[in-house]
Amino acid sequence: MINSKVPKGERKLALANLGFAYTAFLIGTLCGLFQVFIRNDALTLPSWLDYYQVLTAHGLLLAIVFTTYFIFAFFQTGMSRTLGAFGPKVLSWNWIGFAITSVGTILVVIMIIAGEASVLYTFYAPLQAHGLFYIGLALFVIGTWVQGFALVGHYRVWRKQNKGELSPLFAFMTVATVILWVIACLGVVAAVLFQFIPWAFGWVEGINVELSRSLFWYFGHPLVYFWLLPAYMAWYVIVPKILGTKVFSDSLARLSFVLFILFSIPVGFHHQLTEPGIASFWKFLQTVLTFMVIIPSLMTAFSMFATFELRGRELGGRGVFGWFRKLPWKDVRFTSIFIAMAFFIPGGAGGIINASFQMNEVIHNTLWVVGHFHITVGTPVAMTFFGLTFWLIPYLTGRRFTKSLQRLAFIQVISWSVGMVFMSTAQHLLGLLGAPRRTAYTGYAHDDALAWFDGILSNHVTMAVGGSILFLSAALLVFIVVQLWWIAPQANEKNRETFPVAPSDSSATPHFLENWKLWIGIAFVLIAIAYTVPLADMIQHAPPGSGRFQTW
Amino acid sequence: MHLHKYEKNWLIFGIVALILFLSVVGVSAFHQGHTPSGGHMKIDPEKVNETAPFDNPGLYQREDGTYEVIMTAKAFGYDPGKVQVPAGKEITFTATSEDVVHSFSIVKTNVNMMVVPGEINHKKHTFDEPGTYLVVCNEYCGSGHHFMSTEIEVIEQ
Repeated sequence: MINSKVPKGERKLALANLGFAYTAFLIGTLCGLFQVFIRNDALTLPSWLDYYQVLTAHGLLLAIVFTTYFIFAFFQTGMSRTLGAFGPKVLSWNWIGFAITSVGTILVVIMIIAGEASVLYTFYAPLQAHGLFYIGLALFVIGTWVQGFALVGHYRVWRKQNKGELSPLFAFMTVATVILWVIACLGVVAAVLFQFIPWAFGWVEGINVELSRSLFWYFGHPLVYFWLLPAYMAWYVIVPKILGTKVFSDSLARLSFVLFILFSIPVGFHHQLTEPGIASFWKFLQTVLTFMVIIPSLMTAFSMFATFELRGRELGGRGVFGWFRKLPWKDVRFTSIFIAMAFFIPGGAGGIINASFQMNEVIHNTLWVVGHFHITVGTPVAMTFFGLTFWLIPYLTGRRFTKSLQRLAFIQVISWSVGMVFMSTAQHLLGLLGAPRRTAYTGYAHDDALAWFDGILSNHVTMAVGGSILFLSAALLVFIVVQLWWIAPQANEKNRETFPVAPSDSSATPHFLENWKLWIGIAFVLIAIAYTVPLADMIQHAPPGSGRFQTW
Repeated sequence: MHLHKYEKNWLIFGIVALILFLSVVGVSAFHQGHTPSGGHMKIDPEKVNETAPFDNPGLYQREDGTYEVIMTAKAFGYDPGKVQVPAGKEITFTATSEDVVHSFSIVKTNVNMMVVPGEINHKKHTFDEPGTYLVVCNEYCGSGHHFMSTEIEVIEQ
């Protein structure tokens, strides 16, 4: 069943997704570069473009478009690799989903460029974008559902042919991530279809703002796990193969993904801790549920370092830390992902601070939060995706990741890390001092505000230096992608890139871990406990609806 | 399901730490009253100007000797524009919005309130030090978001 060469259909499909992903990546990072210069007064945008348009594009293109397209390319290739070639139905449904997602994406981008949707990627009501912006968002999500269900269909075919067997770990994790995504999107789809679209087109007059925010964050937090789980898949399944070993524990890997399905959804209120309309009890309950996802993250951290140490010792590492030096540091496919993991340590710790109920008041909506998501999705997730790109594209195009391209890849990964350390450190510090996020300038005429930027690291220049290094790094990555796609030498049968999948011994894995009905059922029970009463309260005791505002 | 001994220890350590963290947060919140800002009162967002107490925003002294500041946020400023409050006294900030979502965030304090149209938010705070405090809007509210700020003057009594 295992393909050494990817079938033509999946190859085209995955490359189409990657093409979209990296186009969005290039434009999105360019927007980021503009932002740090505008904030420094070093760049004035032409009159038809403004900071908040650029910021909306930056957020949507990188956090939503780049990640989602990349994730589907990775899933499609990996599902074909581990479960066998796609049948014609699976393939065409994937294409239909891709087309719907892409029409949505293009519609959203057109609305942003037209200046009709400077509402940022959270699109909080009652800021009102053009109705087509919301239609674009809905199409985007529906398209991803179609692609997700197509992958689940492929999995079901395999399960039918292999009755009583646990699926390969990669396929199990893909299905878990798709389940998480579909359940998470229910909130944003409900808000967009039943609240935003009728309101934006003028069919209803008012919108229930607090309800729309709560439905958004019902989606907004599991969204971050939709980014993170594919990165975890790379850590669990791909990295051990690159190290030349096996998955540390098949059952723990599956259990951690199941826990993510359960505990990453009923937690959205931790983004709304400082707002009215939600009783403290419900905010606190969701804080407790939020903290539960720390358990699978700790399990993942343990598995990773256990894999590293066991393998390092096999390779002859001695003493307490000798194994560390034995790891394949010269292999950029490994080093990039290791750096990504290292960034997740402060990233995760910062996340615990953010979700800590009253402590959230110290940092809520300050630049700290911006620093936080740049060292979570912006590095651990994004750099894991870079590390995958280095072999995924040549695997698909049949070209070679040459020595010189590997050197460039090292420069890319290291420059991204350096840029991110500068930029996110400055953002974290400025946020602690109270500097707000999402501002075109920080020019408040007050001593406290002026003092924010006097620090060694907390100043505009550090952020701009970091942002510039990051953009150069992004451009270098796109250069590498172009090389691997069209220019690098063709591989032959001997030096062809492979899709690394580590063996995972599932002989002792309990079968109930793959009982999806059980986990989906428990997930909905938890969601019902966390959300029924507060959402019903918002609907029953709704204030008169808010009108439409275009304040940009 | 097999768990390695070290992994068991690691998870027990993690879970105990988690329980400890959450207990600290919970006791601080519900025993000592350190909950983030919140409120359950509603208001018609189109009639903020005509609805008490927002028809006459500003500083009020309550019967129990504490103070309340009634504050309306709108693109891109606050009403009242500038407010004086006494140092060392408990002040409840009560805020709502006339248009889009804003925030009322006093730099160098833990007052960091979302201001949501249709909802009334509250937060208690006591200023220990007199001085001029900067208030910023830290929720994106439109093209003038970065200009939306005011000051609170805290005076010795």
